[in-house]
This record gives sequence, C-alpha cells and structure tokens, in this order.
Amino acid sequence: MQGAVKQCITKELMLTLYGDRRAVISANDYPGLTALRDDAIRRFQELGFPTTKLEAWKHTDLKESFAKEYDVVLKADDAVDVQKVFRCNIPHLDTAIMGQLNGEYVSKDVPLMTLGNGIIMGSLAEAMKKYPALIEAHLGKYADSVTDSFTALNTAFSRDGVFIYVPDNVKSPKPVQIINVIHHDENLFLQSRNLIVLGKNSRLSLVHCDDSYNHQPSFSNVVTEIHLGEHAFMDHYKLQNLNNSSTLISSVYFQLEAAAGLESHYISLNGGLLRNNLRLRFNGPHGNANIYGIYLMDRKQHTDNQVFVDHAFPDCTSGELFKGILDEHSSAVFNGHVLVERNAVRTNAYQSNRNILLTETAKINSKPFLEIYNDDVKCSHGSTTGQLDQDAMYYLRQRGIGEESARMLLMYAYADEVIGKIAIDPLRRRVEDMVKKRLQGELQICEACVLHCNTPENPVEFTIDMTKI
Amino acid sequence: MLLSIKNLHASINGKEILKGIDLDVNEGEVHAIMGPNGTGKSTLASVIAGRDVFEVTAGEIIYKGKNLLKLAVEERAREGIFLGFQYPVEIPGVSITNFMRTAVNEIRKYKGLDPLGGGAFLRLMEEKKKLVELTSNLANRSVNEGFSGGEKKKNEIFQMAMLEPTLAILDETDSGLDIDALRVVANGVNKLRTKGNAFMVITHYQRLLDYIVPDFVHVLFEGRIVKSGTKELALELEEKGYDWIRKEQTTDDRYQISDI
Repeated sequence: MQGAVKQCITKELMLTLYGDRRAVISANDYPGLTALRDDAIRRFQELGFPTTKLEAWKHTDLKESFAKEYDVVLKADDAVDVQKVFRCNIPHLDTAIMGQLNGEYVSKDVPLMTLGNGIIMGSLAEAMKKYPALIEAHLGKYADSVTDSFTALNTAFSRDGVFIYVPDNVKSPKPVQIINVIHHDENLFLQSRNLIVLGKNSRLSLVHCDDSYNHQPSFSNVVTEIHLGEHAFMDHYKLQNLNNSSTLISSVYFQLEAAAGLESHYISLNGGLLRNNLRLRFNGPHGNANIYGIYLMDRKQHTDNQVFVDHAFPDCTSGELFKGILDEHSSAVFNGHVLVERNAVRTNAYQSNRNILLTETAKINSKPFLEIYNDDVKCSHGSTTGQLDQDAMYYLRQRGIGEESARMLLMYAYADEVIGKIAIDPLRRRVEDMVKKRLQGELQICEACVLHCNTPENPVEFTIDMTKI
Repeated sequence: MLLSIKNLHASINGKEILKGIDLDVNEGEVHAIMGPNGTGKSTLASVIAGRDVFEVTAGEIIYKGKNLLKLAVEERAREGIFLGFQYPVEIPGVSITNFMRTAVNEIRKYKGLDPLGGGAFLRLMEEKKKLVELTSNLANRSVNEGFSGGEKKKNEIFQMAMLEPTLAILDETDSGLDIDALRVVANGVNKLRTKGNAFMVITHYQRLLDYIVPDFVHVLFEGRIVKSGTKELALELEEKGYDWIRKEQTTDDRYQISDI
C-alpha cells in the first residue's frame, strides 16, 4: 500500500498525515468535498479521539486498540491483484454482491455500474467523478462530523466505499450484499465511507457484512449514510464476524423522509471490539423504524451499541429490541436514546435491551433513555439482565436432555426472537446456522459465515448463491 | 421391584417437607398419591425427578436396582423416569418438534442407539400425536408458549408418549382440566399402560381415578404416607374429605406447611 506508515494511531499522527497527504486524499474530490474534509479535520483536532471520560465512551475503552501499531491506509495500491487476493467468484456485474477489500470497493473491470432498472451501484470514489451532483446532495448531510470525532476523522480521510442509488419507484428485485473483508499481512487502520440513497417509493434489501479473513489486528472506522426518500422501504442487515484482534467503529446514519420504513438488524457474532453507532432521524411524518440487535460475545470481546432515534416529526413509530448473550470475560454496552421533539405528537417509541450473563465475570452496561418534549406520545423502555431460566433448564433436563444441550437450546431460543425477524429466508437460515455454531463455540472468523469462506489457510471462495436469496 | 423408597426425608431451605416416606412400586402398577395441599406430594415428585432445590437429608431411593439419588436429572430421565409437570414451563423459541427430537435422540444415545432420522422421527410424532389427540399445529409452536391449561397438560402426555418412560409421575395433571381434556389425558395414560411400566398419579381429587384406575392409593399427610389401600380408599376420601385424615392424625398446629 502506498503511504503506509506503521505506527500507533494518535491524534497528532492523523493531523500530520492529513497535512502531508491532503492532495492524495482529496485527489478525486468534487470542489465542495475538500472543504468538508478541511472542516472535519478541524473538528477532529478540537475533539480528539474519545476517552472513557466522555459519557458516550464511559464503558468502552479504546486503549488496547490504540496500543497496537497499524498501517494507515490512505489509498489502495493500484497494483493489488484483486483476483489473487479474493480468488473468489464475485459473480458478474448484474448480480447483487458488492465486494470491499480493506475498505476499498473491489471490482473486476467496472467500478460503477448502472442496472437496467436504473439502480447505480459500485465505488463511491467513482460515483463522485461520474455523478458529483447526486453525491454532493447527500454525502456528509446525515453524518455528524461536528460532535462525533470518529465520523469527523472519517469525513476528512475516507476516499472510497460502496455507493448504491435506487431511483424513485424502483424496487430492487434482489437483495444487495456488501461484503467487507479485511485481509492484509500487516495490521491495518482503515476508514471507508458508504453512501446509500433510496429514491421516493423505492425498496431495497441490503445485507452488509463485515468479516476478517485472517487473524491480523485491524482498526476500522466506517461511516455509512443512508437516505430513505418518501415512502421508501429498506430492509437492512448488518452482520459482523470479525477476528478477536479487530476493532470496528461502525457509524450508520439513517435519514427517513415522510412515511419511509426501515427494518434494521444488527447481528454481531464475533469481534474484538465492536462499536455500533446507529443514528436515525425521522425527517418527515409517518415514518416507521424497527431496529433489532443480537450480540453473542465471549472471551474478552466487547460490543457497544449506541442507538439514537430522533423523532423530529409527528406520527412516527420506532422500536428497538437488542438482546445479548455474554460469556466468559466479555462485556457489552447498550445505550439507547430516543428523542421526541416538541412537535412530534403521536409518537410511538419503545426500547428494550435484554441480556443473559453466563458467567460472573461477564459485564453489561445498559442504559435505555427517553427524552420527551410533548405529552401526546406512547413510549416505553426497559432493560433486563439475568441468567438462563432455571425452570426451563430443569424442564428440558427432565426430558433427558443434557445440561449442555439444554443451555444451547435455551440460548438459541433466546436469540431466535431477534433472528426470527430476518425477512430473507435463506439468510435467516444461514444466520440461524451461524448462531448455533457460534453458541457451540465452533464459529471462527471466515468459517461458516455468510461468505462461505473456508479456513484462513485456504483462499477465500465466495460461493454464496445470490440467485437463491 | 422398579422403585423402592425408604425413610425418605427431604427439605427445602432448611425446612423439612418429607418426613420419612416409604413406598414400593412394581412394574405394571398404577399408584395414586392423594392428600391435601402442602403435604409434600409435589416435593416427592420433584425429589424422584432430581430437582436440585430439594435436599435429601435421610433415606434412599432405589430405582431399577440403582441408587437414584446419585444420578443427575437428565440421567434419571434417560433411565426412564418421566415427570408430568403440574405447571409445565413455557419455553419461547424452542419448538416442540425440536425439543422432542433432541430429547428422543439424547435418550437413544444414552442407550447406545443411533439417532432417529428426520423421517422416522416425524412418523413417530404423528403416531403419538394421534394417541393423545394433539392437533398438528400445536407441535410447530414453541413449547407451551401461549397454550391453554388443557393444551399444556395434553402436551405433557404427548411428551410422555414420545419418551415411553418406565416410571411416569403425573403431578396433578388433572388440575384445571375440563371433563373432555381430562378424558383425553386419561385415555393417553391408559393406552400407554403396559406390564413393563408404572405410573404414580398425584391428584387432589378422586375424579381422575374414575378414568385411570389405580392399583394402590396412598394418602400423604404432613410429609408421611399415613394411609394406603386400594381404589376404594379414594372413594372413601372423596366422601369423608381430608378432614377425616386430619382428625385421625395428631397434628402439631405450629407446623403450617405452605403449598410448595
């Protein structure tokens, strides 16, 4: 990789790198974007990297992540032989798989394609060149580069990622799958940016997978902006199956216009440190969003879900259900914040976070929070933490089921409340399988994930057949 | 002898519930255990099944020649002990099919048998569902979730049919059942009776015993079996009420044992 400098990630390093390499970073920018970057790096300079002194980071300590040295990826080496690295069957361009390697969009020949129905998908960097007006109308409009330092840093540095545009009234006939693989011989620090725009009354199912391919440490700071036009609907899946040395800061910013609908599913199966920052704004009335999450952590893994929903308009409905199973020394954070603004009358909002702690050393910090500024609302929130139901354990064992199997059945059943919401049948079956394997401690990175990768020793093979999805 | 209980004492949280139970059960027999609330009927069932909240402080249980108290809950089940729960547990997310398939195959594994394949298992389910008049859609639902009282009890009998136990203990399976459900439950039990298995039917009322005719009736009172007899004893109890037992016993008013 060009511009690779393996060192500890510090604020000073980031500022110096930006100063030195600004021309490289902004080489493909449309005019307004460079100004956006400059603003963002200034904000980052003021904010710095978050520490546990900040309320939002109180229970997520990045010290260990920052103690490692990384190659900072500024620009992918053009000479990387994509075919050799993936050696996979990324199906032909009219199929719906989009590959991302180390944050960069991977294409065989065509970095950006327009399908017959008008859907544009491909590299964000390429889309900036080809459709600057379309990009400019959305990029940076939803992400918070003012108060969120990682997002600010991403805005300053990110050059590429996935871009998807679904025109008005177009319903994508099959799900689009983004496969983001981290694979490198050195530790990597990467920042990629995705932009997904759904026109009015359009529809898209998006499966977004973050996977590691080897056991090399990595630190990713990924920002995704998703805009749903009026009456648009998105079925959104985030699958995270990263190695235990990886740090992922994933920020997804949703904006829903009037009567738009969202079903979002966060499935965190493995990862060293996963921080999911989900922010959603209802930017018109009659929107509806359901956000489901399941996290299964063990060893010293840590996952942190920060969910903020802004009811800025009347008659919107939002629901959150996050469930976790924490084993060994793992820990998790759930911060749910629903803001109901003064004019957002007839708001319906509920939040629920439930956790099972399998050991005394597993930890959860759960804080569902409602902030309501009008009287005409129906809101509820709740948080529970407990162990497996002992009555149910006894019942299962009385039927001859061994203790281990009984635990497995109960944990699986517990997870199923979230997994059962997956609307794409083959995907749900695949995830069910992965969760079963994960609960049995069989699932390692690459193995049995949706990628259908083999072992780290073997080349990656993407054999998932999207035509069946 | 299938089951032999001698001088069994058991307590929960330091409070003694069973105060010296003696009971022998042979293959092919049906024993009814009767008695007022809070006398230890359910505790006896739980101790035989192996629930660990109860501590056995004295006595022994020999089952098929083995010291039952040394076996874990699931081992007892695999050895053929089945408990029909008074309050079957709801387990959202676990389908009855998956539940029973896991149970059947773990028991088969214990016995050194190959697991039942999907087809064979489904045929077995169909056969047993008919036996207990279980509607097919019930089997696809989560275990007991949202079931009516009658459905839960029918489901217990269905599970019993699936697992073919040697000793089935039915803990107030009749409570809360209307007459039709009661008949279905009793028919299920009667169809499953063989020369090789035995039943312990715990009940409050004589009513169930009109349908499941017992060989022996025992009256449990304040942690002891105070009367044993044949089915006529149940009728006598029905007629005279439990006060009859109370008066016969010298009770200590300081002991008010709540329903466990």
